[in-house]
Amino acid sequence: MRFARSLVLLLGFAFLYGPILILAAMSFNASKLVTVWGGFSTKWYVALLDDAATLNAAKISLSVAALSAAIATLLGLAAAVALARFGGFRTRGLFFGAVHAPLVLPEVVLGLALLSAFVAFGFERGFVTLVIAHATFTMCFTSVVLLAALRGLDPSQEEAAMDLGATPMRAFALVVLPAIAPSLASAFLLAFTLSLDDLVIASFTTGPGATTLPMRIYSQVRLGVTPEVNAISTLLLAFVGIILAISALALNRPARDLA
Amino acid sequence: MPLLSVEHASKRFGAVVALDDVSLTVDSGEFFALLGPSGCGKTTLMRLVAGFETPDSGRVTLAGQDLAGAPPHRRPVNMMFQSYALFPHLNVFDNIAFGLRRQGASRVAIQSRVAELLDIVQMQNLGARRIEQLSGGQRQRVALARALAPGPSLLLLDEPLAALDRKLREEMQFQLKDIQRRLKTSFVIVTHDQDEALALADRIAVMRAGKIEQIGSPPEIYERPASRFVAGFVGATNMIEGFVARDDGGWFVAPFGRLKRADCALRDGARAALSLRPEQIVVARDGEGVPGVVEDIAFRGETTQLRIGVAARQALRVSCTNGNRFSLGEPVRLMIAPDAGVLFAEAE
Amino acid sequence: MSVPRKKLSGGQRAVLAAPYLWIVVFFLAPMALIAKISLSHPAETRPPYEPTFSIDDGLAGVLAKARTLGFDAYRALADDRLYLDSYLTSLLIAGVSTAIMLMIAYPFALTMARAPRRLRSLLIGLAVAPFWTSFLIRVYAWIALLKDEGLINHALMALHIIDAPLSIYATNGAVVIGIVYSYLPFMLLPLYSALERQDPALREAAADLGASPLQVFWRVTLPLSRPGVIAGCLLVFIPAVGEFVIPDLLGGSETLMIGRTLWNDFFANRDWPAASAAAIILLALLIGPLLVAERARLRAEEEPS
Repeated sequence: MRFARSLVLLLGFAFLYGPILILAAMSFNASKLVTVWGGFSTKWYVALLDDAATLNAAKISLSVAALSAAIATLLGLAAAVALARFGGFRTRGLFFGAVHAPLVLPEVVLGLALLSAFVAFGFERGFVTLVIAHATFTMCFTSVVLLAALRGLDPSQEEAAMDLGATPMRAFALVVLPAIAPSLASAFLLAFTLSLDDLVIASFTTGPGATTLPMRIYSQVRLGVTPEVNAISTLLLAFVGIILAISALALNRPARDLA
Repeated sequence: MPLLSVEHASKRFGAVVALDDVSLTVDSGEFFALLGPSGCGKTTLMRLVAGFETPDSGRVTLAGQDLAGAPPHRRPVNMMFQSYALFPHLNVFDNIAFGLRRQGASRVAIQSRVAELLDIVQMQNLGARRIEQLSGGQRQRVALARALAPGPSLLLLDEPLAALDRKLREEMQFQLKDIQRRLKTSFVIVTHDQDEALALADRIAVMRAGKIEQIGSPPEIYERPASRFVAGFVGATNMIEGFVARDDGGWFVAPFGRLKRADCALRDGARAALSLRPEQIVVARDGEGVPGVVEDIAFRGETTQLRIGVAARQALRVSCTNGNRFSLGEPVRLMIAPDAGVLFAEAE
Repeated sequence: MSVPRKKLSGGQRAVLAAPYLWIVVFFLAPMALIAKISLSHPAETRPPYEPTFSIDDGLAGVLAKARTLGFDAYRALADDRLYLDSYLTSLLIAGVSTAIMLMIAYPFALTMARAPRRLRSLLIGLAVAPFWTSFLIRVYAWIALLKDEGLINHALMALHIIDAPLSIYATNGAVVIGIVYSYLPFMLLPLYSALERQDPALREAAADLGASPLQVFWRVTLPLSRPGVIAGCLLVFIPAVGEFVIPDLLGGSETLMIGRTLWNDFFANRDWPAASAAAIILLALLIGPLLVAERARLRAEEEPS
């Protein structure tokens, strides 16, 4: 029984992590061939440093992710506060549905819709439209995380603060914000990684001059497996892995609460 | 002039009537209890006073001042929450100081006031503790100290002892009463526990389905309940259905026999219910009285509860101090004084 | 239960206004827009569809143009074998992938849920961690494994299990593998939380009443985990139907999934009405599962407080 369980876990994790680890190993392969180990080498990483287009794409991706995640976290917070605290206001059902619909909407549909809207509004496509699009599609995730956090909070905490003389605004700042701070951090991280990872919506909504890292990787991948792509991918995996590890340690709670 | 006055307050939540034309007053320095089963509206009434709910109609005044439109943070009323609602990110000291800081008190004033309160609730030297390090009883006392700190003229306590185990609860009852007496602050306590209300309060309002059934001192409530509901809810009772016979004085005709009544104002033949407390029935081996058979004996320490079968499928609960003398199946006699218990008219 | 309507205070309105406006402008309006474009005709202009509405036209102008709207795009889609095949292939591939994923994820989640308590959160944390890493890269990683000259074929041939390389890459099978791999965390999480919540005493009670371990599983564990199974399947099925990256990178040229067809119509053919009509039909196909998912979430999240 014990053996069977260990075997299930071993197979499960091998399936989940095997391809990623093989990819990382290949990025250190001196040989260009997947099946031939040509010795350990970091030359593909060195080559990356000269790849201005990729570096620029990385810079754009990081800025878009940071900016859109900040907007999505603030909007998600406002939406979650309204949904959790304002009772049954008019059109609440519509608002709830519209905020959370992108959670289950196919990315191609949302990307297409946003692009059509940007064209109709006469927005020049580029960095700004990219940030707007990513804030829109990550906001539903931040709202879900923050709504759960607010619902988990005993409402009498806020009432106690008001009862003791704090105005509603101060009660929120002094009692609610500290209590949901970890969830705010996870909401931001979630929006950040989703934005960093997105290919489909970015392809629809960006313009010339604002090519993101996933778009750059995608265009190279279409040409086949290359060690350079393995190197960028490994760096990206390591980056997210480090963020995850830090947040798991800092928040002193299991990573599943972040998901 | 009463300190708190609620006049004709009503409140509905959708189709549910939480409060239906409720009026009451609480005097300065009084310990007042709102007693009732869950869902009777007692918590809604308390939240109305604290300002977390607004009445659909009616008025709440404090020291003569109408509280309509005043948000919770501007009311000189503080509340101790059932869940305690202690702020987990603040330590004991900062929890107690929270209301004082909102008042803009000076550092020195805060220091001494918090120290004073820690002293009152017997938690000296625990100011730096984190909330999660406290026991249930300690949390309860911090919640009390925090609500008292701003010096409210009226303190609302929502089931303050419900989360404690029985032994601690009884101990805290005494402490709470003691603190209230020393501070002379008016306390309004919400509870569903009749023993707690009887032990603590100067006056009790018994509530049911959004209405006040009776307001009175604990002995009044216990000895002269105004309705069948109050009689049944506060303390144990035998509720006996029957009717009134007015021949030769007043009688209550129960399924198991006729009982002489001293206090009968009902007409002849009226359907009625007699509420008899278990301790108002005297049980003896022989003599005059209702014949019965001992069906069950439960030893309770200072008293013994007997169940005495008096008629087919009808038994009375009797509480006596010498119950151990009886044995199961033994025939006994029940003596019921003409002035024992309360007679209620029954709707026809 | 009727929700009581409430008037909001000024401050509350201000809080609500920002997300509300954002959602109306950047989500509801765009969705309405593609519904409208799907009723237009392709054009060589920019934007490449007619008619375009603008406020300058006035009501009369809008109405006049509205008469030129048509269902041509939908009629064309109905006639076009390409689209019909895309829809069917999408549903088939998503369905097969979901079924395989359930079979892999269930024992995995069950094992984690029954692991010693102190290990559980670490295990599930590790299991969903790949979700945080780049989707694109995780799909890309499979190219090197599945190719004819890839690692899997290489290893199988080296072990003399096969003589000639298996053609997996660029087939529907590769797409299924990619979907199963990429979406596995979404299936694991709801299954795990449904299984972890189960009171062990229920299984003990069943065993005590004479159920064999297999019967305990069929009669107690599995029925109780149903909400988790449903949530997990919806969570992976819905996005898998509209998937673009996986069929594009792992599928062959004959792998027609609707997300990819839509993408091509949009970027290669610049046929906006067709792409919009395809998107609307995709939503219509998913409306059933979407509503079930929405109901489940509403029940979970909108519990009356």
